Amino acid sequence: MTDLMTPPEAEAAPAPAAAPAPKMTARGVNVFYGNKQAIDNVSIDVFREDVTAFIGPSGCGKSTFLRTLNRMNDTVATARVEGDIRLDGEDIYDRSMDVVQLRARVGMVFQKPNPFPKSIFENVAYGPRIHGLAENKAEMDTIVERSLKRAGLWDEVKDRLTDSGTALSGGQQQRLCIARAIAVDPEVILMDEPCSALDPIATAKIEELIHELRGRYAIVIVTHNMQQAARVSQRTAFFHLGSIVEYGDTSGIFTNPRETRTKDYITGRYG
Amino acid sequence: MSGFTIILLILGLGLIAWLSARAKAMAFATPGIARPHSRPNYHAWYVALAAIVPALLFLTVWSIVSTSLIDQSMLAGIDPANLPADPAARGNLLAEARALANGEIANPFNAQARDLAPAYESARGFYAWTGFGIALLIAFAAGGWAYTRLSPSFRARTRVERIVMGLLLAASLVAILTTLGIVASVLFESIRFFSMVSPVEFLTGLNWSPQIAIRADQAGSSGAFGAVPLFWGTIFIGAIIAMIVAIPLGLMSAIYLTQYARPGFRKWVKPILEILAGVPTVVYGYFAALTVAPAIRDFAMMTGIPSSTESALAAGLVMGIMIIPFVSSMADDSLSAVPQAMRDGSLAMGATRSETIKKVLVPAALPGVIGGVMLAVSRAIGETMIVVMAAGLAANLTANPFESVTTVTTQIVQLLTGDQEFDSPKTLAAFALGLVLFLVTLALNIIALRVVKKYREAYD
Ligand SMILES: Nc1ncnc2c1ncn2[C@@H]1O[C@H](COP(=O)(O)OP(=O)(O)OP(=O)(O)O)[C@@H](O)[C@H]1O
Ligand SMILES: [Mg+2]
Repeated sequence: MTDLMTPPEAEAAPAPAAAPAPKMTARGVNVFYGNKQAIDNVSIDVFREDVTAFIGPSGCGKSTFLRTLNRMNDTVATARVEGDIRLDGEDIYDRSMDVVQLRARVGMVFQKPNPFPKSIFENVAYGPRIHGLAENKAEMDTIVERSLKRAGLWDEVKDRLTDSGTALSGGQQQRLCIARAIAVDPEVILMDEPCSALDPIATAKIEELIHELRGRYAIVIVTHNMQQAARVSQRTAFFHLGSIVEYGDTSGIFTNPRETRTKDYITGRYG
Repeated sequence: MSGFTIILLILGLGLIAWLSARAKAMAFATPGIARPHSRPNYHAWYVALAAIVPALLFLTVWSIVSTSLIDQSMLAGIDPANLPADPAARGNLLAEARALANGEIANPFNAQARDLAPAYESARGFYAWTGFGIALLIAFAAGGWAYTRLSPSFRARTRVERIVMGLLLAASLVAILTTLGIVASVLFESIRFFSMVSPVEFLTGLNWSPQIAIRADQAGSSGAFGAVPLFWGTIFIGAIIAMIVAIPLGLMSAIYLTQYARPGFRKWVKPILEILAGVPTVVYGYFAALTVAPAIRDFAMMTGIPSSTESALAAGLVMGIMIIPFVSSMADDSLSAVPQAMRDGSLAMGATRSETIKKVLVPAALPGVIGGVMLAVSRAIGETMIVVMAAGLAANLTANPFESVTTVTTQIVQLLTGDQEFDSPKTLAAFALGLVLFLVTLALNIIALRVVKKYREAYD
């Protein structure tokens, strides 16, 4: 086990300023698809109070790294993960870690809204049912209502909870997916380009939602949109060719990047 | 000269037409002059098709028509007094003469055929040569006419496309028209049947014994045509017992293959499973009759259940096995069509693989699976060999799977084999049964395809 306070690699930027204990830590993570290395020695801390943005050119491994944080790469037969990733100090790749529990604690929202072909209510109730979070119908109703409210969708759907989730607009579907993730009361929410399939108005709604959720959940968001990263995040990590080039305060990264590669990328001269 | 040679000749003409048209088109395609509407190849094909298609069409029609023309010309050349008066005997005589002339037989029954054979041969030769001549003329004329039409502004491309479309349409019409013809003939015979037996009795009667006495003084001379026991037997074997076997096994194998199996394993097992669908049904029939049926009877005897050698269970079980590939490949397709994002969404919620399958994948794939099952049912109730060999002939109305039942297809085979007159209700009943079977499978297929299509649209 690596000492949490001293990152083993010089490249792994330590958390800026004196912060409370990180929610998740990654040290020396490598990911391979077959023989091809997609992530090379990545170390990062994610904090509960912050929104962390991953930016970088296409194919640099943002999604791959994000998916190591809730072990979604387990579902890819060829993927192999090395290194040390911890949630509240617990090794999530340890034998004793149950992925079902892990994914209840680390939720995920995907690039394309993917509601199940079930009713709106059943979509949100899906996670609580699997994890047995509600004793009875009344409790389930409460959970569903609370989750939809937090996702800012309640007012739009409260009269048609039995309609199919797939009948909503794209932006509503994405908020439904966020409600679905929130319903199991996770500690971390991973979002992989959650707005890339949405129009600007729906995007603004999701960004607003991320603002509101901040503090309650640690949020990690992958985005291709520099303005979005600047607007919603407190910390930004710049990925390039499977490694983190620079990680720090969002304001610092955007106003005063240390690396020329970062600077080229955010000013649009690259990728 | 044989028909084959003449076809080669026409194709050769086509080739010449192609080459010369191309040369002509190349000439006006030379740069400098305005760009021609179509590329030279289209001009070439236009002329070649014009030379070939009408000539071949004429040959086809001619070969059909000329047989009767030959007969007629022969009859015209002989004194009618020398021919048998009976039309049947005359037909036989002509057929023998024809066979003799073609060299198919050496010694005719009727010596007179020997006298007719040379006349027949010459008539045949005459008509063949006439046909060939006309065909060649048509090829020349149509090709030449097409050739003269070529010019830079001639829309050869459009024409060729239209001819090709016409040929494709004709090809598809052959299948459709044949089907329509079959349906019409079945319908026609069924109407004859229903003029003798009332449709109400046929569709609701519980008693099936189609034997009709040959002599009027025999007992039970009227026969009974209540087809309900047959319908029940068909449903019992094809839609109930077979599906109880095929649905769970097919669905589970599809789930395993799409969700759990490693790609290498899937690559091998899926084609093997699909080969099951290609096994001739008579092989399944043997298996049902020689292996499964006796085993079931022995089992029934051991446990004291009364049973017969031919049981509904034996036929249904084997039919179910036969149907597994249909169900599993349809279920496989629908499960694979459920987007990966759906699966990921469920797994990311912390659902296990089997929870994901049970709560997300199978419900999402259900319409496709149901469509597959309906296609499988329609296949099962139309299946013949297995039930003929293993289901028995007794028209019992029973829900006991150890007893023998009979099915629509088995009865059709029974009614039509052996020496039969084609105007007794017994024989005509086969057509009525066929009509019912056709309508039911048609309805099942239409509904199934609708269901599958609607579901496909939801994800694309
Ligand atoms: N399932 C997989 N099998 C094999 N290689 C993969 C797989 N998924 C991703 N890769 C490879 O890993 C590398 C990183 O991919 P990843 O999807 O993480 O990039 P990304 O930064 O998310 O890109 P984008 O911004 O386009 O989403 C790419 O080279 C990609 O081709
Ligand atoms: Mg990505």
